[in-house]
Amino acid sequence: MSEPQVFERIRDEIGKNDVLLFMKGTPVFPQCGFSAATVDALSQLGVKFHGINILVDPELREGIKEFSQWPTIPQLYVKGEFVGGCDIVREMFETGELEQFMKEKGVSLATAA
Amino acid sequence: MPMQAQDIISLIKEGIPDAEVEIQDLAGDGDHYAATVISAAFTGKSKIQQHQMVYGALGGRMGGVLHALKLTTMAPKP
Repeated sequence: MSEPQVFERIRDEIGKNDVLLFMKGTPVFPQCGFSAATVDALSQLGVKFHGINILVDPELREGIKEFSQWPTIPQLYVKGEFVGGCDIVREMFETGELEQFMKEKGVSLATAA
Repeated sequence: MPMQAQDIISLIKEGIPDAEVEIQDLAGDGDHYAATVISAAFTGKSKIQQHQMVYGALGGRMGGVLHALKLTTMAPKP
């Protein structure tokens, strides 16, 4: 099977991180409005997540699009499952679906004080 | 190169013939759009699959010439 080598790295990262966001920039300093909006939704829920900045890694940037069959960044993975991009995550957040989904997946949420 | 809203609508309708498409030019720069797509073809599909169908209709332009398209998809209300 001729699978891009980068897929192995992607699988490894997805396996290591319960909540993983492939994004432009970092969680502290997002470099695209869509990435920022996704970080914001996760932060408001109090979800701890790992962010991978694809801007500094061209191989990963192209690889993740092919891996997920999804043309844009950000991309959210929870417990190995592709959840979606910015629009889906934001919509799920607004309807309360995201909180429900995280709970079902056993992701702990820090309740905001 | 920005895309015209009309071109986006045509492409989506070509790929999903029964789709009702509404486009908003968010920034007025021909580069940041919001689209709402309603189609019976979405029935029973997950959000991810629905969005993938629209991206498929756009044939690789998404993330390329089309930088920003905020997407909302739904099946028609019964």
